[in-house]
Amino acid sequence: MRQPSLICVCRFVNGTVISGLIVLSNLEQTAATVEFDRLKYAEGLSSPAQRPDFRLGKRSLQLISWLAPVALVAVWEILAQAGWLSPQVLPAPSKVARTAIKLATTGSLLNDLGVSLLRAAAGFAIGASIGFALGTFVGFSRIAEAAIDRSVQMIRAIPFLALLPLVIVWLGVGEAEKIFLVALGVTFPIYINTILGIRQVDPKLVELGRIQGLNALQLIRRVVLPGALPSILTGVRYALATAWLALVVAETIGAQSGIGFLAMDAREFLRTDVIVLTIVIYALIGIAADAIARWLERRLLAWHPNYGGTR
Amino acid sequence: MTFHVPLPLSSPALPAVVVTNLRRAYGDRVVIENLNLRIERGEFVALLGESGCGKTTLLRALAGLDPIQGGRIAAPKRPAVVFQEHRLLPWDNLWRNVALGLPAPDARAQAGAALVEVGLGGRLDDWPRNLSGGQAQRVALARALVQQPELLLLDEPFAALDALTRIRMHELVRELVANHRPGVLLVTHDVDEAIALADRILVMRDGTIAFEHRTNGNGPASMARTDLLAELGVLTSHVPA
Repeated sequence: MRQPSLICVCRFVNGTVISGLIVLSNLEQTAATVEFDRLKYAEGLSSPAQRPDFRLGKRSLQLISWLAPVALVAVWEILAQAGWLSPQVLPAPSKVARTAIKLATTGSLLNDLGVSLLRAAAGFAIGASIGFALGTFVGFSRIAEAAIDRSVQMIRAIPFLALLPLVIVWLGVGEAEKIFLVALGVTFPIYINTILGIRQVDPKLVELGRIQGLNALQLIRRVVLPGALPSILTGVRYALATAWLALVVAETIGAQSGIGFLAMDAREFLRTDVIVLTIVIYALIGIAADAIARWLERRLLAWHPNYGGTR
Repeated sequence: MTFHVPLPLSSPALPAVVVTNLRRAYGDRVVIENLNLRIERGEFVALLGESGCGKTTLLRALAGLDPIQGGRIAAPKRPAVVFQEHRLLPWDNLWRNVALGLPAPDARAQAGAALVEVGLGGRLDDWPRNLSGGQAQRVALARALVQQPELLLLDEPFAALDALTRIRMHELVRELVANHRPGVLLVTHDVDEAIALADRILVMRDGTIAFEHRTNGNGPASMARTDLLAELGVLTSHVPA
């Protein structure tokens, strides 16, 4: 019991309240240490087979990570069933599920989903192409950088959703406006990450390519773009997120079909179950998009120690 | 001001490279001045010199990587280069790395044959990150030789390897050069490496070739070593044998 006496000395030397607190915490720590030592001692006596396993395996940790959200939904269901949650505020998950099945079989859910996905895909394709083309251009050419980059950066400084009223004036409330907005949101992350990726390619590898006799086009295809790919794919992941956000906003402002239309239509009739359903669908598609992006990374960057698995 | 001039196409009598009155400068700072050099096919030349004497600048000029400010470099075709770093493309497997720059049809077969030559046959589809330093450097050698170069430039290719691997690499390089018979210019810091590999050893100083030593039938290696170290300013006087 050397430690407590040491604490007493401490208390004597600086008898303020603060030091007293420190001493208190010290005391707890000491007690904990003693307990720990005792455990270790006991462990040393027992055989290794009897030793309790305090660490959870990877499997059980993963199980817990999935159980937690499931439990949350279960609590939500119970609260709704017990009448604690008004169906007007938040309908039970089971009710949302039933609505989903009903709308999918008799209603226009699948059609709306298709329309929304098509808008997202079209906007993404256009925005990604423009962003990639501009980024490649600027990444390779200092002249292109001087001519293009500052203007693009200035437009990028505008939160793209702030352009919405202007876009509606230009294109009206229709497909073009929605696709335009998605494309706008997608262009910049792809643009910036493409430039970044190209700039980060090891100049020694480019030099090697030249020595091996590659022409400019081969050099881009074999050396520069593969080297820039990790960064470009990071841009794709960001872009998928902004594409989705743009679509939600565009469809909420005004649409005759699509998931956002479904939600606004349901609002008119206070169908909270449909509104929650649309939110869940947005979330699921967001997760799916991210999964696709990660799958792309794993496939295309299998050579990269930070992405691909063992090979 | 002259640049690379192609010599008339392959005849075995032609040299691998002829450099006349080469001048190379960065702005006002002249690095190479009035340098003349001729390397025959099948000849192994080592280039020694203190750090910063312009060895690598010469090699880069010969490789056509940097513009020259005067004189003439005449070579029958593009030389191949092996650097201190392997410079393998991490996103391509070994055969695609070796075949980089080869015209398409039987590139894989040619790359495979080159990999067999450097002792890595059967690893065509393996990835650079699974290689040791010595293995990666052997792939870099295969990539250089598969181009059938008439001039092979080696820029301290063994400097980053451990001593045992380096000895094995020396043997491999000697063998490969004997089979393919390109002219070789090896830039190195290592006097013993130069003596072990080269037919002719050059010492570069003040931007030009200051000393030349033919190793064949020119006395015992220990003598050459003493001479070369003296030329490099490491030994001030000749130590009697």
